[in-house]
Amino acid sequence: MIRLPLILFFSAGLFSVGVYGVLARRNAVLVLMSIELMLNAVNVNLVGFSQLWHDLTGQVFALFVIAVAAAEVGIGLALVILIYRNRETININEVNLLKW
Amino acid sequence: MVGEIAALAPSVFVKDAWLIALLPFVSAALTLFVGKRTPGKGSVYGITAMAVGLVMSLGVLWHFVNNGGPYEANVSWFQIGPLAMQLGEYVDGLTAIMVVVVTAISLCVHVYSLGYMKDDVRYTWFYVVLSLFTGAMLNVVIASNLFQLLVGWEVMGVCSYLLIGHWWEDKTNSNAAIKAFLTTRVGDVPFMFGIFALIFATGFTTSNIQVIGRTVAEGHVSSALVAAAALLLFGGTIGKSAQFPLHVWLPDAMAGPTPVSALIHAATMVAAGVYLVGRLFEVFVHADAFVLQTVGVVGAITMVGAAFLAFVQDDIKRVLAYSTVSQLAYMVVGMSMGPAGRTAGFFHLFTHAFFKALLFLGAGSVIHAVHSNNMSEMGGLRKKLPITFWTFLIGSLALAGVPPLAGFWSKDELLVVADETGHTVLFALLLATALLTAFYMTRAVLLTFFGGYRGHDQPHESPKTMTGVLIALAGASIGVGLLGAPQLGDAVFGKWVFFEEVEKAVFVPWIAGVSVAAALIGIAFGWLVYRTHTERDPIRRLGPAYTLLEQKYYMDTFYMKGIVFPIRDKVSAAVYWINQNVLDGAVNAMAPLTKLVARVVNAFDRKAIDGVVNGVAETAGFTGGLLRYVQSGNVQRYAAFLFAGVVIFAIIFTRV
Repeated sequence: MIRLPLILFFSAGLFSVGVYGVLARRNAVLVLMSIELMLNAVNVNLVGFSQLWHDLTGQVFALFVIAVAAAEVGIGLALVILIYRNRETININEVNLLKW
Repeated sequence: MVGEIAALAPSVFVKDAWLIALLPFVSAALTLFVGKRTPGKGSVYGITAMAVGLVMSLGVLWHFVNNGGPYEANVSWFQIGPLAMQLGEYVDGLTAIMVVVVTAISLCVHVYSLGYMKDDVRYTWFYVVLSLFTGAMLNVVIASNLFQLLVGWEVMGVCSYLLIGHWWEDKTNSNAAIKAFLTTRVGDVPFMFGIFALIFATGFTTSNIQVIGRTVAEGHVSSALVAAAALLLFGGTIGKSAQFPLHVWLPDAMAGPTPVSALIHAATMVAAGVYLVGRLFEVFVHADAFVLQTVGVVGAITMVGAAFLAFVQDDIKRVLAYSTVSQLAYMVVGMSMGPAGRTAGFFHLFTHAFFKALLFLGAGSVIHAVHSNNMSEMGGLRKKLPITFWTFLIGSLALAGVPPLAGFWSKDELLVVADETGHTVLFALLLATALLTAFYMTRAVLLTFFGGYRGHDQPHESPKTMTGVLIALAGASIGVGLLGAPQLGDAVFGKWVFFEEVEKAVFVPWIAGVSVAAALIGIAFGWLVYRTHTERDPIRRLGPAYTLLEQKYYMDTFYMKGIVFPIRDKVSAAVYWINQNVLDGAVNAMAPLTKLVARVVNAFDRKAIDGVVNGVAETAGFTGGLLRYVQSGNVQRYAAFLFAGVVIFAIIFTRV
């Protein structure tokens, strides 16, 4: 049995790595991947608390998050492909038309 | 058979008598709107309306021939507080007589004008106003209340004005029109106050003439109010019927076309004043005796004064105009002698309407022939205008009072009444006026039709439309007097027009003898003076008296110098000065003031109000300018803000 604080620390670390990736990476694909890390950090939390309380609701919720994440990645990658076709780049710093 | 039915109940003619008054209005509107597109330029409408109206009027009269009673019908018009205004008709024998006279004379004049006004510039318009006038007069006659009567009364005034000034291109004509209008208005003001006084007497409930009559007769109204109302009403009569001292407009009104003079200024409109006294006779009878005495004195002065003025006129129409003034005064004097005098006065009005219309139309025929109004340019027309001559002669004899023509019977009736009621002075004056009348009519006939021709144009007899009318009216002038002739059993006229009880015509041989003698003396004297007529009018030999008459007793001079000029020169000059200096000064001062205020307001608007509005906008723009740099377009910076926000919220909530 893994103790809850360990799980929470792990989850927080995983989430922080995700945030760093989202904020620092220039490559759109890597940004998407970082978002996956953040989502899975949440999943770890959900499963951890589910185990603590002996309640399956958290695990079911985690399954939903996985499904939604899959869909999100599908749409995100499609967008990236379209951006690449139009701009010849997937550097999100160069995708900044929508500004003042 | 019809008579028996009519005697039982009011016939359809009596019930729908208001249609008689409505018809001329319809024809006036038709003539106005489609007259110019109608063959014959629209005179057909007026003539048709008058002919139908005459038939209906005779139908109304038939009811009274069969001893029918009076009939009244009203519809509600509007209500002001307790004062109920109505539109209605009141038909009695007097109304019947008046509608017959008005429609008959009007029909004659409409037909006569076909010839007289032929090729006139405003032919259609002439017929419009002629019809409108007739409608207004019939409205006066039929009206059951004083307001309706007043409306007709004023419309008549306007039509009179329009018709006198029909040839307004000539300044004297339009001046005469203005004079007639303003002078009659002087009388209309007291008339209106008289109406108000009578409505006040009924407690502000109605202006119905019959109700007013009953109220006054019951004696609940103070005698001072009744006397004041009667005198004020008589003011209207003085104006409309051209009595002294407001008679001055009538001779000048001869500037209008002659048919107009015949219709309005001889037979109908001027009789409206007399009709008014007769219609409101209750008020006059129940007022203080002093009121009827005043009426009598005014009538007597006018009667004699105007007859003398007719002596010196050269214009044939002016002779007739003064004669009209004098004869109207005859009727007024009749009214002043009480109920019997009222009947006699209306009988004179009835006969006078026919022979005076005849005389005017005859004069018109003469004027048509010689193209001049002046008798000094006529003479010897007896042979050239035979029909006109004979009809004019009949009219003159009727006016002079030669039996058995119409004027004799009515004058005789007035003299009998004067004798019976003990008005000795009035009797003498009536007789004297009869003599004077005979004299000036003889003068007019001799100057016009006898002697040598003094004019320039080639005279010719008038067209058939004109002579036909003259013949018809001459027939009437001979015949209508018999309606009041005592020899034919009970006089018919007294059964139609009476006050409280039927008046019987009385024949007093010595009075008839004196009356005929007066007429014959007048004629004989005129014949002696004018038989051998020279270039110079013999009347001029009177010297100072002639000058006095020539100047119309200096009354016009007095009115002009005493009233018109001071108002025109002093009052209007003063008003002009006030207008130029005070009013214009105020107005002119207002302009810079307004400009100054406008400048201040303008500055305030631009600086203060616009400043606030612009300030708000600029502030918003400046702030927006600063804030827009947040929108960098860099997704990762947005995400950083997002996380920063979440972290801040997380710290806040965990603290709490």
